Amino acid sequence: MAQSQVSHGHDGETRRDFLTLTATALGVVGTACAIWPFIDSLNPAKDTLALSTTDVDLSPIQAGQRLTVAWRGKPVFIDRRTPEEIKAAQDVDISTLRDPQTDAERVKQSTFNGKTMPEWLIMVGVCTHLGCIPLGQKPNDDRGTYGGWFCPCHGSVYDTSGRRRDGPAPANLEVPAYKFTSDTAITIG
Amino acid sequence: MVNRFFTLIAAGILALAPGLGGPARADQCTDEMPLPHQQWSFEGPLGTYDEATLQHGFQVYKEVCAVCHALKHVAFRDLTEIGYSEDQVKGIAAQFAPGPPGGPPVQVTDAQPNDQGQMVQRSARPSDPFVPPFPNDQAARAANNGALPPDMSLLVKAREGGPDYVYGIATGFKDAPASCKLGSNMYWNDYFPGHQIAMPPPLTTDGQVTYADGTKPTIKQMAADVTTFLAWASEPNLNERHRMGAKVILFLLVAAGLFYAAKRRIWAKIH
Amino acid sequence: MPVTGTGRISRIVRWVDYRLPFVAQLEHELNEYPTPRNLNYWWNFGSLAGIMLVIMIVSGIVLAMHYTPESTMAFDSVERIMRDVNYGWLLRYIHMNGASMFFVLVYIHIFRGLYYGSYKYPRELLWMLGVVILLLMMATAFMGYVLPWGQMSYWGATVITNLFSAIPIFGQKIVTLLWGGFTVANPTLNRFFSLHYLLPFVIVAVVMLHLVALHQHGSNNPLGIDHKGPQDSIPFHPYYTIKDLFGLTVFLLIFSVVVFFYPNFLGDPQNYIPANPLQTPPDIVPEWYFLPFYAILRSMTFNVMGIPSKLVGVILMFSSILLLFVLPWLDTSRVRSATFRPIYKKIYWLLVADVLFLGYVGAHPPAGAIVVYGQLATFYYFFHFLILIPLIGKIERPRPLPTSIGAAVLGPGAAEAAGGE
Repeated sequence: MAQSQVSHGHDGETRRDFLTLTATALGVVGTACAIWPFIDSLNPAKDTLALSTTDVDLSPIQAGQRLTVAWRGKPVFIDRRTPEEIKAAQDVDISTLRDPQTDAERVKQSTFNGKTMPEWLIMVGVCTHLGCIPLGQKPNDDRGTYGGWFCPCHGSVYDTSGRRRDGPAPANLEVPAYKFTSDTAITIG
Repeated sequence: MVNRFFTLIAAGILALAPGLGGPARADQCTDEMPLPHQQWSFEGPLGTYDEATLQHGFQVYKEVCAVCHALKHVAFRDLTEIGYSEDQVKGIAAQFAPGPPGGPPVQVTDAQPNDQGQMVQRSARPSDPFVPPFPNDQAARAANNGALPPDMSLLVKAREGGPDYVYGIATGFKDAPASCKLGSNMYWNDYFPGHQIAMPPPLTTDGQVTYADGTKPTIKQMAADVTTFLAWASEPNLNERHRMGAKVILFLLVAAGLFYAAKRRIWAKIH
Repeated sequence: MPVTGTGRISRIVRWVDYRLPFVAQLEHELNEYPTPRNLNYWWNFGSLAGIMLVIMIVSGIVLAMHYTPESTMAFDSVERIMRDVNYGWLLRYIHMNGASMFFVLVYIHIFRGLYYGSYKYPRELLWMLGVVILLLMMATAFMGYVLPWGQMSYWGATVITNLFSAIPIFGQKIVTLLWGGFTVANPTLNRFFSLHYLLPFVIVAVVMLHLVALHQHGSNNPLGIDHKGPQDSIPFHPYYTIKDLFGLTVFLLIFSVVVFFYPNFLGDPQNYIPANPLQTPPDIVPEWYFLPFYAILRSMTFNVMGIPSKLVGVILMFSSILLLFVLPWLDTSRVRSATFRPIYKKIYWLLVADVLFLGYVGAHPPAGAIVVYGQLATFYYFFHFLILIPLIGKIERPRPLPTSIGAAVLGPGAAEAAGGE
């Protein structure tokens, strides 16, 4: 009875019929759908995501002062730059930079109601080489040759716009997403 | 022969049945009253929470219950699931004040001390859990004649009878029968085990809360709404769970049919 | 076929197989391993239990990534899983109800063995390994239930660990050692978490031994007669692979109805109240799968020959499982399957009724008539295994057995015709 329905493919297996194929496909799809919740549960949970923004009040910061705040477990450097520091940053020829970025690009989020405030430089304080926290936030810290930041771990040097100038770091200090909620307050993240 | 055997077993057990159960003394002061069943939008395999009811219930919780009862496993941000926008939730958190509208917003002690080492107070944010009315159990007892108002985050799941029980308590306050003596600071409730409950009736008049959409806030309405809200607080994922369940069952029914057909096909060769 | 083909994959497979015969072994088990042709659906429950073990381990490992085994944080961490972790509610309900499903499957699997004589020669060790698995499952489930640190978690742990104080002389010292303190508290919780994570892997090892023992002589079958020739067997694949797959789908259907629509039906509401060492719940009840044993434990309300009732209760409770180890020797019948044992067949259902009734007794507070019924039911349980089973094997006249499985299934003539398959 079964003979007429058998066609000899490789190694004498019976021809895959519609039923077996559909059943197998259904099984594979079902298993994949069943596995997804297990994997997705490893993604950040709702309470972790809720803590993904931090509000900072900038009013106590004077010109030339630097503040460090925590955001998503990492340090964020907030620098209220002096006019000299801004000019030094803007005068750099970006074609000489390993990671070319103009200063304007790096502070483009520092606006409120149409008013630009390039004195506010906000960056994630994690060296792009291997993750140490660069020095420069405290008044007595070594700021490196460009007056910006200096990473003591392997000698990376950043300028007053947070761009890498010397040392093994491959990229400029990361600028996070932030927005001004008033003249003197920001929300990071 | 087998049938007669089973009848014997069943008869034997049933003959014993009258003895099964508790004592036979009747005592209206402590005997359990049967809990009436209400119709809930979320009961049954295809039940869902209704957003409008949830929002009414939240309002009742905030204006009536939150004065004494905490809800610590629910965070303000969870309120986006019952139909409020993120901005509304920010406002609800910042202005959260248990009791009738207009009270001073509660302050939260921030987890981090300030640069001087002092703990600072701030208004609530969406990421915060609901602010409890008392800082600890002892303060709660001191303010309530020694009784502890339980946290309500899981109340509906933590009681036999679930939502029917919570609704029963909310609507079951009566005058005690003449022959039953109430302890001091106790109230008679039809459905509370032992009938004597330390909580004064929370819902005493129609219109205790004013609903913005004009629904009449009768005691029964407020009780049903707050019960639905508390059911959501205990089990916020019910809607998603039922939806997913329906899809999974459908898929498995199809798969079972297919696998059965395949099984019959394969086994036909040797039957 | 991977081991005999000519492509590149086949060559790699042969390279590995020559050094570690994994694929060849798999092929042998699937295609050549002779399985009786007459297995009914009661034989699905072994593979279902195996799959359930995998589901429990996978869901447990993922849950453990979010759970905190510390007494002030455990309950809250479980609530965080239910509310904030992506699909956390699903993982928790799968694990929680999966434990119940696991016991349903294993109890049916055991009762299948009892009915068809699967514990008899030459499968005694296979059976005993199974009882070891049952004991490990019970320990794992008991400790797992403590982890959420609800009222039932805490008080169930207190009652059951206190049992060990019944042991003469060293009892209280043993209990203090188990607790790591003066009551069930944080040290207890931490060590239960460690052991709850460990034991399932011990179960996996014993399951592997169980399968090796099984494959020595192959499966029993509903007729209880040995397979005598090729006409009695069929290859496991594709016949039983597809039947197991179908059975799996039906099981998953039932499991899904529970998980998605009635996830708290089998649980106790009081476990949604955080543990309070200063307030005992009015009724302390273990999960349903422990109820018959709980009833046996509580049945001892009087001292026996100077031995305190508490200790006798503990001994009876453990004995009720331990006597399963010697069942192959208690049963004197030379016939395996109850199909051919007219008296045993009826007594079997008495046992089923008795165990169910014991479960009912265990669920209710020990007051009034329940106590006496519990004692009667406990008495019957031991009477059944220690007196009835040895007796029935001796006095019973079994029905005549068929000559072979093939003959019974296909008819006498067809047995030879199908012999060449």
